[in-house]
Amino acid sequence: MFARLLYQSFLRQRRRKLLAAAAVALGVAVATAMIAVATDIGDKINRELRTYGANLVVYPADDTLEVEVGGVNLKPANAGAYLSEAELTKIKGIFWRNNIVGYAPMLPVVVKIESAEGKPLGGAQLLGTYFKKQLRFGKQEFTTGVEAVNPWWHVAGNWPRDDSNEVLIGHTLAQRLNFEPGATLRVNGEEVKVVGLLLADEATNQQIVGPLGLAQKIAARPGAVRRVMVSAMTKPEDAFARRDPRSMSPADRDRWYCSPYANSIALQLEEAIPGAKSEQIRQVAQNEGTVLSRISGLMLLLAVAALIASALAVSAAMANTIFERREEIGLMKALGAGRASVAALFLAEAAILALIGGALGFSLGALLAQQIGRTVFASAIAVQPVLAPIILAVAAIVTFAGSAASIRRAVRLEAAPVLRGDA
Amino acid sequence: MSARRGGRGRMFLRLIWRAALVRRGRALTALVAVAVAAAVATTLLNLYADSEAKLRREFRKFGANVVVVAREGNSLPDDALARVEKAAPGALAVPFAYVVAKAGTTSVVVAGTNLPQAREMNRWWSLTPGVGGPGVSALVGERVMKALNLRLGAPFALEASGQTRQIAPAQVVETGGPEDNRIFVNLNVLEEWTGVRASTIEVAVSGTRTEIESAMQRIQKALPEADVRPIRQIQEGEARVLGKTRAALLAATILVIVTATLCVLATLMSWVLDRRRDFAVMKALGASERLLRGFFAAEAGLIGALGAVVGYAVGLGAALWIGRVNFEAAVSPRLSVFPPVLAGGVLVALIAALAPLAALRRIQPAVILRGE
Repeated sequence: MFARLLYQSFLRQRRRKLLAAAAVALGVAVATAMIAVATDIGDKINRELRTYGANLVVYPADDTLEVEVGGVNLKPANAGAYLSEAELTKIKGIFWRNNIVGYAPMLPVVVKIESAEGKPLGGAQLLGTYFKKQLRFGKQEFTTGVEAVNPWWHVAGNWPRDDSNEVLIGHTLAQRLNFEPGATLRVNGEEVKVVGLLLADEATNQQIVGPLGLAQKIAARPGAVRRVMVSAMTKPEDAFARRDPRSMSPADRDRWYCSPYANSIALQLEEAIPGAKSEQIRQVAQNEGTVLSRISGLMLLLAVAALIASALAVSAAMANTIFERREEIGLMKALGAGRASVAALFLAEAAILALIGGALGFSLGALLAQQIGRTVFASAIAVQPVLAPIILAVAAIVTFAGSAASIRRAVRLEAAPVLRGDA
Repeated sequence: MSARRGGRGRMFLRLIWRAALVRRGRALTALVAVAVAAAVATTLLNLYADSEAKLRREFRKFGANVVVVAREGNSLPDDALARVEKAAPGALAVPFAYVVAKAGTTSVVVAGTNLPQAREMNRWWSLTPGVGGPGVSALVGERVMKALNLRLGAPFALEASGQTRQIAPAQVVETGGPEDNRIFVNLNVLEEWTGVRASTIEVAVSGTRTEIESAMQRIQKALPEADVRPIRQIQEGEARVLGKTRAALLAATILVIVTATLCVLATLMSWVLDRRRDFAVMKALGASERLLRGFFAAEAGLIGALGAVVGYAVGLGAALWIGRVNFEAAVSPRLSVFPPVLAGGVLVALIAALAPLAALRRIQPAVILRGE
């Protein structure tokens, strides 16, 4: 009898039920989309924050001081230690390797510039690096270089190819020497071709930037690297991140080591590369942490607001469906139905609506989230399947909660006044 | 005539009043629905309008975004700082002068600046607690401390331009950047010591991209003998992250407001449909189409307006709370959000009232009253 009542209720009131299910679906869709966006936005913004460039630097542990003012290195040519280029691919073997967006080795060399005809044009600094270097670590192939590490570098013309004699010339230096892309010049006797004009920071704008191999050849230091700039996706620093891992208990140390804090990635880089010291570049690492937590916080609070709104919307819809059926309730009661059976009927209906609407809303919300991800971040926002049961449970709770007040009222209705049309 | 009109007006008011009173539960549900939607809309619109200013403030923690540099080998004129500050009021401008000094045989870069201002601009500098000592007090980069084997408070000799000074490391600065290789002293100390003047002014300008660009143009005009350039890393990163965040926020705002509106529409419509008996009775008693429409429109409009006002107040509170929790600063309440929220509330309510009415018009009152 109960099943029949339920079945008939859905059969006879198809339009009404459809509307109620649609309301639940809409509410759940928005909630799903907002939760998905809020949980994923940290990752997305973290990627966008990589526009700021490297947030970690690796240099030789026994290095001497850099003596550099305005892009001109005044350090004696042979002072200082070097890292080995061959060891750098080990960066792709650290625990948090998937968080490494890219790395760029740097080798500055003080050089003399001459025009193609051999006319001396003064001194400058040649910065050797990777642009978009194809590398291999174990079986893993990857490309890395300044194009990925410093997306804010702007090149008018072309990027040089690695393993070539092509270079970029810094904007300020180009103005001073009156050079344009396409020109040929001699750097310490080595003929190089200027393929692009570089707009970067004040220091780099004074330099020539070329492939690492070229700089090593000119400096006569094969395989040498002065420092490595690393761009990594990190977790905002908290009090735990700032603690010294050496003073932690083993469990805490494991937790610290396995969190993508800038400090723990720096430690892993030091462990991976022999003789290296690694530090976070605080200007980028510290500030992106605050920006990231602000934006994630904002989205989370918005998701909460959206959840509340959709909960109220769903409960309003449910209240409506019950209110519209008070005559039916009156009839049931007149025919001898108890409070429990009336409540059970409506609760069962609510559960079915929550399930159908919730499932529909979840898939709709996943689509919505994906669309938002595509249009805003040009990459889809994945809705974790783990969310599905949670969202369905939330939909059911909200639907029940929304129905509760109305069901209580429905259960208390007296048969006679309702049927007379007075209530 | 006027008495009759007055009587009619009173009847109209009475109808609305009784409708609200007799079916309190139903009217309240409708009102709550409108209020919730209006509150959510207010919160989101307020946050969206204010998020840019709030986030820009966060981005200024990245430090300077504009740099003024003297042309090749020169230093800036003595009044350069004053001119920059006048051209970009409200911006933080910090001068820097650089000298290569020798500690024994080791070369090290000494930077002269306004130390308190440099720290204010570069809040990411990690500094040890201050230690006093005899001699020129200085901020010393972490790598310099190691390379020269220095101790806080213990003075050491530093020679530049043929003059030697006793420098007392007061604090160690650690940044992971070039600052780690430098010693920072006050600019006037460096000028008096070596005669070198400031060659660079770093400026932190807040505002939108166009505001920053116009500030740069004003600075360039005030200082034609220097180059004014953007710090691309900072400006590009900010533009990009801010743009994406605002777009995501906008998408979320639109999504939530559309949902809220649809739900209000559904609730109000079913509220009106639910009263088709009243409609039929009134029609049977001879009420004109116009009167009926006016009655339902007035009722719905009232609920829409009331809900919008309540919702605006609640939403403002929510926006303020979110601002306090997330940005540690109050979101400034925007009155400009009120008109669209009010108009939206009333409009949705009117649509919800008049659309079902149009559908009911063709139906004879008798059919409804019979209960079919």
